[in-house]
Amino acid sequence: MTTVARDPVTAADPEPPPTKPAAGPSRHRFRAAVGFAFGAALLFAVAPLMLSDFRLSLLAKYLCVAMVAVGIGLAWGRGGMLALGQGVFFGLGGYAMAMHLKLADAGPGNMPDFMLLYGQLDELPLWWRPFASPWFALPATVLLPMAVAFVLGSLVFRRRVRGAYFAILSQALAAAMVILLIGQQGTTGGTNGLTDIQGFFGYDLDDPVNQRMVYFIIAGTLLALLALTRHLMQSRYGELLVAVRDSEERVRFLGYDPATVKLVAYVVAAGMAGLAGALFVPAVGIISPALIGIVPSIEFVIGVAIGGRATLLGPVLGAVAVAWARTALSERFPGTWTYLQGLLFVVVVAFLPGGLASLIGLARRRDREPADADPPAGLFARLRRRREAA
Amino acid sequence: MTVLIGQLFTGVSIGAVLLLIALGLALTFGQMGVINMAHGEFIMAGAYTTYVLQQTISAAGWSLLVALPVAFVVAGAMGVLLEFLLIRRLYARPLDTLLVTWGVSLILQQLARDIFGSPNVQTRAPDLLTGNIALPGGITVANNRLFILALAASAVVALTVALRVTPLGRRIRAVVQNRDLAAVSGIATARVDRMTFFIGSGLAGIAGVALTLLGPIGPTMGTNLIIDAFLVVVVGGIGQLKGTVIVAFALGVLQASGEYLTTLSVAKVMVFIAIVAFLQWRPQGMFTLRTRSLA
Amino acid sequence: MTEQLHGLYVRDLRVSFDGFTAVDGVSLDVAPGDIRFLIGPNGAGKTTLVDAVTGLVRATGSVRFGDRELLGRPVHRISRLGVGRTFQTSTVFEELTVLQNLDIAAGARRGWATLLRRRHGTPDEVAEALEIIGLASRADQLAGTLAHGQKQWLEIGMLLVQDARLLLLDEPVAGMSHEERDATGQLLEKVSRDRTVVVIEHDMDFLRRFARTVTVLHAGKVLSEGTVAQVQADPRVQEVYLGHPVDAGTAPTPTEA
Repeated sequence: MTTVARDPVTAADPEPPPTKPAAGPSRHRFRAAVGFAFGAALLFAVAPLMLSDFRLSLLAKYLCVAMVAVGIGLAWGRGGMLALGQGVFFGLGGYAMAMHLKLADAGPGNMPDFMLLYGQLDELPLWWRPFASPWFALPATVLLPMAVAFVLGSLVFRRRVRGAYFAILSQALAAAMVILLIGQQGTTGGTNGLTDIQGFFGYDLDDPVNQRMVYFIIAGTLLALLALTRHLMQSRYGELLVAVRDSEERVRFLGYDPATVKLVAYVVAAGMAGLAGALFVPAVGIISPALIGIVPSIEFVIGVAIGGRATLLGPVLGAVAVAWARTALSERFPGTWTYLQGLLFVVVVAFLPGGLASLIGLARRRDREPADADPPAGLFARLRRRREAA
Repeated sequence: MTVLIGQLFTGVSIGAVLLLIALGLALTFGQMGVINMAHGEFIMAGAYTTYVLQQTISAAGWSLLVALPVAFVVAGAMGVLLEFLLIRRLYARPLDTLLVTWGVSLILQQLARDIFGSPNVQTRAPDLLTGNIALPGGITVANNRLFILALAASAVVALTVALRVTPLGRRIRAVVQNRDLAAVSGIATARVDRMTFFIGSGLAGIAGVALTLLGPIGPTMGTNLIIDAFLVVVVGGIGQLKGTVIVAFALGVLQASGEYLTTLSVAKVMVFIAIVAFLQWRPQGMFTLRTRSLA
Repeated sequence: MTEQLHGLYVRDLRVSFDGFTAVDGVSLDVAPGDIRFLIGPNGAGKTTLVDAVTGLVRATGSVRFGDRELLGRPVHRISRLGVGRTFQTSTVFEELTVLQNLDIAAGARRGWATLLRRRHGTPDEVAEALEIIGLASRADQLAGTLAHGQKQWLEIGMLLVQDARLLLLDEPVAGMSHEERDATGQLLEKVSRDRTVVVIEHDMDFLRRFARTVTVLHAGKVLSEGTVAQVQADPRVQEVYLGHPVDAGTAPTPTEA
């Protein structure tokens, strides 16, 4: 490309406004490091010291939901894919883990208790067998959901099925999976799911000390996933993902295949949901269809919407807040909670689409750059114009 | 052979229920690009309307007949209210509309629980609709399913005629095909939208009346139906009713035969796979209005 | 520039939508380094022609850029062969900064290893493009906040960093001021030194100043082709634009459509 002597555009645009000094990458990185240190201190020191065993195990459960939310924030907030069926991936991870733990509880060569109870089977079904090995089961908790997301995603994104169509399809997948699980009661535990899980790789889950250990694993995993997501969002890929969200066709004309770009975010989000499901099982001791169907799948989304879909921390805080509010309210006033949940959906999504994070952003922008505000618009400008016209 | 035909008929009657629900969805989704998750609760409203009417008019036959128009108006009015209060503010944000209307559906379900209680309630079917008709060849057909089939058929005919002949129908079709052009041609698109929502939601109310003949009425009865109905719309394509009709019956028959060959749960998964496979072939659905816009 | 110039060769191109034929057997050659203007009344098939070349709509016939056949390839593959386009309504990524817009446009050939890392600083080709399109001072501004004309320049800048060798511009100066048009025209002249440019434009004044060759489309067919003067003198063109045949008695006036 030849360099140009005269700049054709500034000739027509004599007064470019001064650009704000952009925060350098090092400053960003410093702020992020401080943020992570703060988060780690909160999760690893403050929470375990302040909370009772019971509350800490509740927090562990909420943090699992937050992991799913981080993935949804990436896929939906940044990638525009409203994944209404993340429960499927949460469930795949959860069931993979629970199957392994049930087999471990039963001991080598034995069948899980519920299979004996139903008494329909003489021996362990073939597809259960590999889950006896932790070397198979543990990777499967993440890889299985990612594989399912890969197959579904590559089929639908390549054919440009998107927007509402994609949302409905992902939701239909959740519905189908739940019906399948319930239908195959003899091998999946049906409506009850896989319950009464005792041990976690040799540790007794009834022991509060071991429960704390599970909490620490969950907190550490969440922090790691946040670091990964932050990196993805700030990489060139993250910028490309936003571009695909805003104009898929334009990206195509730049020589990218948007299907691949979307697929990566969707598969990563599925992996996070799978990991969350896998860690949910030792924290709560159960995985069942009621935890992964249409309703919980949509509830994963509400926390993300409330916190701020396109931000890193918004989904986490939103998910934890909603899960906490649900526990606090739903036991005492179940009806009130449902009304509140519905209202939250309506009010936040309709009137505050950026979530609570956008409120913070607004406030910050207001006290940082008063001089950079828009030229007087609205009432005063109209009044002045009218006065001038008169 | 008889088993096959019997199964086919079951499939057709599943399809008829799906069709009644999906017609309204196809109308609102096609015209406004709006996904209304509360559509399922309009079905519920229609069903509870039937229940309430039966408490007042004890003759089951009469109460059912009265319920049809009343449920249409009740559900339609709810639809208009929803459109007026929320949906019209969200036309440019279809995915957000989906989430907002999901919130509305949660509220409506809880409202139903508070008014009618959580346990399911049941209506009595009129005697005329409880029996079976024996067809030649040893095939028996349940009267209530036949009635629902007739109801769905009349809904399709009435809607088709209304869209083709009436001035409102012409306006609706104009807005579906090109909203901006319709607006500058002097069509009050906002009013047309509201009427479309009234009709679409009203049809959900009719579907609710029909469902009282098949099973109990409960606050969450709509949730499970709505996804299947949306799949019908997605696969059928928007802008034309024939896609909705064909796909509703096709899915019904597929579901019924899958259920016959395997189990209900496997059939559901089969249907899902079939839909994804179909979208590989026709990602925009079976029939679609083609436009030149880059969307 | 090391890459050599290529021409665009269209043979018997046909596009039809549901029985309506939008492009009906168009053949045209655009020489390497040409600035070809496509004009014609609304519905003549100009945009559809560009859509077909870039793979947005399905077409029959043949479209070659250099010696590569374009028809039958998906949009993003055609783009990677060096074919770039803009749209009638400018489409930039409004939620990204000017710099990010350009960086994305520059990056289609990047591997995943680069994609998954953060961008550090401004890549050379992006900095160069920022200078050329005069948006260097606005590099960190969100593209959505740019003025209309600036967005169109940003789009052209995106084509430059994309290293498109064939630029297809759909009404690039619509809504621009006189000065802005001149600047855009000069930019096109500069760019055509090592690129082939095809412009759809209604603005006849702009066409007279910057077109090297012109193709007139009408009802999906090529009506006339040649230099600006040749095309303006063509009675068939006058008939299409003025709506009546020019008989011998009236003096042929230049078209001002």
